[in-house]
Amino acid sequence: MVFPSYNNIISSLGFNSQENFEAILNSKIGIKKKLFSFSDNPFHVSEIEQNKLSNYCSNIQNANKFTKLEQLSILSIQDIINQSGLNPNDEKLLLIYSTTKGNIDILENKYENFDSNRAYLPELGKILKTYFKFHNEPQILSNACISGLLAIIIAKRYIEQGLYNNVIVCGGDLLTEFTMSGFKSFNALSNEPCRPFDANRTGINLGEAVASILISNNEKFADLYETEIVSGSSANDANHISGPSRTGDGLFQCLSKLSLNNQENIGFISAHGTATPFNDEMESVAFDRAGLNSIPVNSLKGYYGHTLGAAGVLETILSLESLKHQTLIKSAGFETKGVSGNICFIENFENKKFNSFIKTASGFGGCNAAALFAKIR
Amino acid sequence: MNQILSYIHLKQNQISLNGEIIFSVEKEHSLTEFLSDSYKNFEFAYPKFHKMDALCKLGFIATEVLFSNSDFITKNNKEKMAIVLSNNASSLETDRVYQNSISDKKKYFPSPAVFVYTLPNIVIGEIAIRHKITGENAFFVSQKIDATLLSNYTNLILNKNYGESAISGWLNVDKASYEGFIILVGKEENTNKNSIFKPLNQLNVLELYNQTIWMH
Repeated sequence: MVFPSYNNIISSLGFNSQENFEAILNSKIGIKKKLFSFSDNPFHVSEIEQNKLSNYCSNIQNANKFTKLEQLSILSIQDIINQSGLNPNDEKLLLIYSTTKGNIDILENKYENFDSNRAYLPELGKILKTYFKFHNEPQILSNACISGLLAIIIAKRYIEQGLYNNVIVCGGDLLTEFTMSGFKSFNALSNEPCRPFDANRTGINLGEAVASILISNNEKFADLYETEIVSGSSANDANHISGPSRTGDGLFQCLSKLSLNNQENIGFISAHGTATPFNDEMESVAFDRAGLNSIPVNSLKGYYGHTLGAAGVLETILSLESLKHQTLIKSAGFETKGVSGNICFIENFENKKFNSFIKTASGFGGCNAAALFAKIR
Repeated sequence: MNQILSYIHLKQNQISLNGEIIFSVEKEHSLTEFLSDSYKNFEFAYPKFHKMDALCKLGFIATEVLFSNSDFITKNNKEKMAIVLSNNASSLETDRVYQNSISDKKKYFPSPAVFVYTLPNIVIGEIAIRHKITGENAFFVSQKIDATLLSNYTNLILNKNYGESAISGWLNVDKASYEGFIILVGKEENTNKNSIFKPLNQLNVLELYNQTIWMH
């Protein structure tokens, strides 16, 4: 069996998973207004507090030698190593880094002391390898918005295959003018706090985060959640590079492969739920087609916005906390159902007995992923 | 045993299919010229090609030439066909173009048609759309071609039945340089005389990667 274990989230709502989960249980929203040079109107985004990051940087040797994303990644991975006591030099330990844009802010010339080569994703792997003295070359996965969840699925597969015993999956992306202006050019940005699956949703909020989780076959690491990754896969819509299939083909295919024998025990679906009209509609159609009509759905984008390469990892961690505490997390921003699929939503925080959940993600390039997590006892 | 059925290698303005150079243009020609000359030479007719960025065009040419020289795409179940690609520069070539469109506030013109190509896995999407391939996806980024990663992960997908066949390899475009190396992988031996049949492992991937004797 493959278990999810120690983890960390650095986001607008805190610098570890506990802070983040508590903030959410207290209905805190990490999204705030911010002005960008490309528009007269502010947008709602979620940002990591720079002052807090500067304080935390005292834990990093020569912190000024690292970009913001590298600092955040080092802090997040260090937290996993500290909690687990794993030796980075172990030849059966792998780091998979999930990101869409990595150090893309290098191209904005925001830094004086970094070479433009730093924008290459393998450089990020090299820097983390050197800092932690990892035995294995970190693997970098860049598969749009499913990167984080897909990295977790790949980690499970590697461990099952016997290639590694422990895989640290770290997902990270920053809030940059690059991604903000790009999503703006698609008319996909909302000026208001985003409202996944709601009738009045007007688009996404972007956010930044770095989140890490240990995936392991070691029974002692299973104690934290007493949960296994049961199954997971990816699939492509083969329909459009920037729009999802209207019939939810790829996501439906992923859901069909989850081996969902015991639907009554599935507490919730943690959806991608970006709050764009097309994405949320597609997801509702796919969940409906898969017969998941009575399993309540949430999206965590209403708390963090869309954190791109971090999203799948961050949302999996909070879903594991939700399972552990037997507490369903309210889908923030949702009031009136605004999708055609016959599905239901988590409208309030609620205590409930359940033993599994589904996590899904979908992204540009027509990619989709889904995984099933279930209690082992 | 998973077999490499055929492979293609594109670099230095040449296209090598299963080790034989089948097309070349003068080495002074740019990547753009090489790609459009290839498109014309093989008489491809796919208008979407002209909208793609260079990385996607390279992936399109590589897979179209491969598919037109084998029965891979007609014989295998496309719901169970995986696409596992990798490169060094991610989408940086297009990222730079996009960054230039937003850097100067006087010439500020971010275009969704450019922005959509600022993700490396878009080439997977383009290949998937072209042939209705709906299987597993993964795009890895590594310093240079990682034959161990590609053969390990592709083997794993086929062995654990996450897929029955795979398109796997390297597609990199960065400033003036580019390289494409794609292998087609199947589960069993077939009778196609164009196939090469080499067990999928890192040594064979590297051997094929180094097989072609390039002109000039």
